[in-house]
Amino acid sequence: MNDSVLKTIGVAFVICLVSSLVVSFTAVSLRDLQNENATNNQSKKILQAANLYNPDEDIKSQFEKLEQKFVDFSTGKIIDTYNDFDINDYDQIAATRDSNLSTKLSSTEDIAIIKNRENVGKFFIVRNEDNSINKLILPIRGYGLWGTLFGYMAVEGDFNTVAGLEFYDHKETPGLGAEVDNPKWKNLWPGKKIYKDNEVTLAVIKGKTQSDDVNADYKVDGLSGATLTARGVTNMISYWFGDSGYAKLFKELNYES
Amino acid sequence: MSLKRYKEVIIKPLIEENPIALQILGICSALAVTNNLSVTMVMCLALTSVCAFSNLFISIIRNYIPSSIRIIVQMTIIASLVIVVDELLKAYSYETSKKLSVFVGLIITNCIVMGRAEAFAMKEKPLLSFFDGLGNGLGYSIILIAVATIRELFGSGTLFGFEILPLISNGGWYMGNNLLLLPPSSFIIIGLFIWAIRSYKPAQVEVDDFVVSKHSTAPDLTKRELNV
Repeated sequence: MNDSVLKTIGVAFVICLVSSLVVSFTAVSLRDLQNENATNNQSKKILQAANLYNPDEDIKSQFEKLEQKFVDFSTGKIIDTYNDFDINDYDQIAATRDSNLSTKLSSTEDIAIIKNRENVGKFFIVRNEDNSINKLILPIRGYGLWGTLFGYMAVEGDFNTVAGLEFYDHKETPGLGAEVDNPKWKNLWPGKKIYKDNEVTLAVIKGKTQSDDVNADYKVDGLSGATLTARGVTNMISYWFGDSGYAKLFKELNYES
Repeated sequence: MSLKRYKEVIIKPLIEENPIALQILGICSALAVTNNLSVTMVMCLALTSVCAFSNLFISIIRNYIPSSIRIIVQMTIIASLVIVVDELLKAYSYETSKKLSVFVGLIITNCIVMGRAEAFAMKEKPLLSFFDGLGNGLGYSIILIAVATIRELFGSGTLFGFEILPLISNGGWYMGNNLLLLPPSSFIIIGLFIWAIRSYKPAQVEVDDFVVSKHSTAPDLTKRELNV
């Protein structure tokens, strides 16, 4: 009899056991390849944010040409060494899970809802031929609708003009919030200004910016159907370019030059 | 089991008993992933392999599945296969898997896979069920690829990303049809396919539930008519 209680439970158990073994075996055996893909994807987005990506060349060799630096968020100073970390291996997202390496943000401070901020971040410098700074590529992240969006924003050497924005990981709704990956929308960003009278003003607005708007440089057209994702992006910018983000770094770099 | 039966389960779902055109199943992904041919091909490959293998495995254990939990057992097997396919895509075709996003996961709820498991694999032998799944997957693929060809060619002027009709925005002469880039256009294209197939095979046309009568002042209550 197939329908006895014992047989039903037995069959269910065996099916579940076999299925879970198959699934976990696949997941474990493919993990290395998937991680490599994810790293390559992240490197590609970093290059794309600064508009440096060349599809004909190997991503790794292009990525290695970038200059990497540590930044101490509490002072804004660039530091050469941080504990024993190799800068290539330093993972600032992993650092947020270690209470020795990160700071818990108070709710008033935490506008982008990132909870813990790493004490030291890693960013990238693109230099001109005369060694002056051409672009900075800065990691940013913040909460959208379903989860945290992780991305990079490239800023021109004036530390005010946006050069590009890319997200490498997010959980937003395909077709709505996930349109942050739409090249058309990303193309709206280069040339926008972050600061107006030393205040972070750049924001994603609802609808379209009017062409006669004097503040058009500080506004990016919203994504229809993605109000909360757009708000997340705005918060992310206010946080990361504010005083507890990169504003101090920009001041330091301005003193230097 | 004769060779004829195998041929039948593969050929029939292609046009005559097409899961999309006749049974109107699996429409969700047919709308969502057909604006780009290369993404569509990967989706078709994923669905066909899931459909074929789920039919195979379900058919192998069909005599042991208690009827009270048969749907759950089928779902478990289908879901595991879909996860395996999703993991494989993430490892070997990362870009496409990002574009397909949730739609690979949604193969679990695709009515074609479930329908074939319940209607065919639960009764027939493993190998025949495997080919039935393959045939239905191919039937789904034919429609999707046809829709995607039309949408990508006339929507963005490309096929597999290669430029065929140069767009005005890129300095060419072709004005891309934006409707075709949006999912609802698939509805219209699939509708036209159904029309074409039903004109070719009139046996597929369903009998109307009601006959609409001409305007009359007094309804004729002796006939089963809908008076408007």
